[in-house]
Amino acid sequence: MQYLFVFVVLAGVLLFVTAPLRRASSAEPSLADANLAELEAAREAKYRELSDADLDHRTGKLSDDDYEEIDRTLRGEAITIMHDIDRATIDPQ
Amino acid sequence: MALIGRALLLIALGTAGFGIWASIYGVRNGRREWVDAGRRSVYALAALATIAFVILEDAFWRNDFSFNVVANHSSTTTPAFYKLAAAWSSQEGSLLLWVFLLSLWSSLMLFLVRKRAREVTPYATAVLLGFAAFFTSLAAFWANPFSTSSTPPSEGAGLDPLLLHPTMMIHPPMLYSGYTLLTIPFAFAVGALVTGRLGAEWISLTRRFALAAWLFLGIGILLGALWSYTELGWGGYWAWDPVENAALMPWLCITAFIHSIMIQEKRGMLKVWNVSLVLGAGTLSILGTFLVRSGILDSIHAFGASTLGIPFVILIAVMVMGSIGLILWRREELRSDARLESLLSREAVFLFQNLVLVGMVFVIFWVTFFPLISQALTGTKVSVGPPAFRPFIVPLALILVALSGIGPIIAWRRVTVANLRRNFALPVAAGLVTLFVLLFLPGGPRSRPFALIMFALAAFVLTSVAQELWRGVAARRAMTHDPVPVALVGLVRRNRRRYGGYTVHAGLAVLLVGVAASSSFQHSNDVILKPGQSASVDGYAIRYVRPVETISSQKIGFGAVLDVTKGGKHVTTVTTVRNFYPSQNPNDGLIGKFFDTSNADSEVGLDQNLRRNIWTVINAQPTPLASLINKGNNVFAAYAPQVMTKAAKLPPAQAQAAMNTLWEYRDAAVSEIAHRFVTNPWPTEFLLIVAPLVSWIWIGALIIGLGGLIALWPVPSFARRRAQAPSPARPPAPPSPPATPPRLPVREPV
Amino acid sequence: MDPSRKRAIRLTVALTAAVLLASALVYVSFTAGNKEFTASQLLTKGKAGQTYELAGTVLSGSVQRDGTTLLFRIRDPKLPVSVPVSYKGIVPDPFAAGRAVMVAVEKGAAGTTYIGQGNSLTTKCPSKYQAAAAS
Repeated sequence: MQYLFVFVVLAGVLLFVTAPLRRASSAEPSLADANLAELEAAREAKYRELSDADLDHRTGKLSDDDYEEIDRTLRGEAITIMHDIDRATIDPQ
Repeated sequence: MALIGRALLLIALGTAGFGIWASIYGVRNGRREWVDAGRRSVYALAALATIAFVILEDAFWRNDFSFNVVANHSSTTTPAFYKLAAAWSSQEGSLLLWVFLLSLWSSLMLFLVRKRAREVTPYATAVLLGFAAFFTSLAAFWANPFSTSSTPPSEGAGLDPLLLHPTMMIHPPMLYSGYTLLTIPFAFAVGALVTGRLGAEWISLTRRFALAAWLFLGIGILLGALWSYTELGWGGYWAWDPVENAALMPWLCITAFIHSIMIQEKRGMLKVWNVSLVLGAGTLSILGTFLVRSGILDSIHAFGASTLGIPFVILIAVMVMGSIGLILWRREELRSDARLESLLSREAVFLFQNLVLVGMVFVIFWVTFFPLISQALTGTKVSVGPPAFRPFIVPLALILVALSGIGPIIAWRRVTVANLRRNFALPVAAGLVTLFVLLFLPGGPRSRPFALIMFALAAFVLTSVAQELWRGVAARRAMTHDPVPVALVGLVRRNRRRYGGYTVHAGLAVLLVGVAASSSFQHSNDVILKPGQSASVDGYAIRYVRPVETISSQKIGFGAVLDVTKGGKHVTTVTTVRNFYPSQNPNDGLIGKFFDTSNADSEVGLDQNLRRNIWTVINAQPTPLASLINKGNNVFAAYAPQVMTKAAKLPPAQAQAAMNTLWEYRDAAVSEIAHRFVTNPWPTEFLLIVAPLVSWIWIGALIIGLGGLIALWPVPSFARRRAQAPSPARPPAPPSPPATPPRLPVREPV
Repeated sequence: MDPSRKRAIRLTVALTAAVLLASALVYVSFTAGNKEFTASQLLTKGKAGQTYELAGTVLSGSVQRDGTTLLFRIRDPKLPVSVPVSYKGIVPDPFAAGRAVMVAVEKGAAGTTYIGQGNSLTTKCPSKYQAAAAS
């Protein structure tokens, strides 16, 4: 009985683990997809920075002048990333 | 069932090996299906480890003493809760727990990121399976939890009485969760280095797991300290023991990482530093696992030498060499994108904080391993105890607390002097007022300058956090007009990382106030008392009212009721007991085995409030009963064989009845002897301690945990506001930013 | 100031602080530490008035109490010798005959007494990771 259980478990593991190998292979994500994911993560990080700078300004840690400058810089950096995302989406090569 | 367990370990090992190969083959040859097979290997490993663990727990539950590990660490009299937890009190069970937790956390991580980081994840999968294969092979071939005996004993050895404490049963799973969670950022850092994908993505993927590792490891460390304080008979919560330090070092490392990744996310700086921290924390977690079971350092926790030292040393060497090699290989890609603009900036504060934390790790590592270092350098082992830590850790801790107050109130990139004045005025004032009040307070802490500074810095930190919360709520209310509580919840909800972090800082300040006060202003007295006699500690009179005894099938306890008064007024009454657990050594005798002092623990008599703790422990010894015990041993040594010989000739039911009568006589004799502690009490040793603000340590730890949970909780997806964002279908705009920035996401309430 | 000069100054300050910390650590370790000796090493090499970390196993049958003073002998791991220790302070719960212990001791002037330093006694937890050792 114990041997049977072990056999069943082993068979189950083999079937489960090798299931992807028996399916039709899906398209391999390209380098461009990986680059796009990287850019999107950078964009999210930049949005968080913008939000943090805004909160810093509202809570008095940044003067108006400093905030304007930092916000301008961050938005510029965000635009650059978004342009890169656009380029990566349109022309993955 | 043991056979199934052993087979599962072997299948798990094979699955891990296949998964490593499939992941690397798949990613290197662009074969997605092999990568998926590698990921499924992790899921399968989790299932196998779960079944194996359930089999082991079932064996403990059923008192199946054919399992050696059950026979050596449990007994029929072990309470049910501790039976289930006894599984990981052994080398074998703890290795299986490691595999179980590692496979669970790895499965969770890989499921969450299954559609992301497709280049990095397969390498991370291979590394995680590598760890799993290592621990599974140790369990399968060196310390098998499913090894059995063909002649199982009728009764097990039982759990070490010191482990019969709730915190001690949760402490290992928490610690191991922390250790295994640390392998995840480690694995993804390796994957990022191998693929060269060292941008924002691997950081965003692993940050949450790093935080979870920090939280669990912190809980494990706290539970260990709580157990030490309430269970061990020395009245302290931290001994700078090597195994305590082994858990603290990776925790400090990952604390540094959690802060410094924010700098990398925002400024693209400290890339080498961050990967080094993550790789270092992962390596230190394996080192910690190794220290407990190798016996290379003398520690109250080091459970003696085992044969597992060499495999661990090899693994640690591979991790260290591999980490250094990968970082050197990728040093070009790890160059910073920006430089530190100003020392008056949050980046600079985080950097200083990192240096302080790493400095602490270095100090702890050096002093902990100094016996081995000195032996290697001079041929003689030199031990340095806790006094070697304090000259370094105390000043570094003070700097850390100061920085934890500065960080929240200083902005990123740079600040102006005017802003510094505005943000620092109130917290600095609070710190200075606290300092001066305590300095001139009658009976105040001015005799302990470090404690005094810590109290002042704590006031600074708490004020800075409160100021931040207040201003954040005000800013939110300015936009939403919500009531204060609603605004507060909304503020924290939308900025969990920030305010979770601030909460942690506040908790740290509270905790370190407790540590500073209790360690600097503790009073203790080690006395011998007879019933009716008193001793005084820090103005409290502690009177030994009467002795008490507790007798059960599990243990015999000799205790005392102590009455505490101050200035003639009753303060509290506490009871402390020393418990003796039956030994399994036949040489102790049928009576003497119940008075075995080598198998004892203490129940502390504790009265605690926010202001002070009164901690008492009795060190009752059965020495005056020695002649009675010996007499009992002799009587039963003569009587028992006669009964057993007669019983052997009787039918089973009558034989059992005869044996039961024997044991009833024995139990009556043991009770009668133990009762002498109450009827003829003898002078007994007590350790009495009065320490202020100990409760603040646990309260601070709870606040830290709460802050960690807040920071860890999933954030609502940052709203994709498409109204003004450029559409991806349009041709790409010129790369340089326009003079007037286009409108980006509309500012939402903070 | 030129940014690269600023960076050089910051790096120099940081490295200097690190070197100072490391030097202080090394100094304190070597001066504040006690040599770890076994019983046989203490008997042959121990100097009167010096403090050593004595590591070994508590000899069976040697444990006695005299008021708050704990008297016991620590056996050498390899040789059939032991040293007597007189100790006052916190005694860990796992302390018992046959257990591995470590205690800081000062060798008395006469060379025959060893005074355990207060609260320096540590006992190894009974081993769960190896078979019970003979005591």
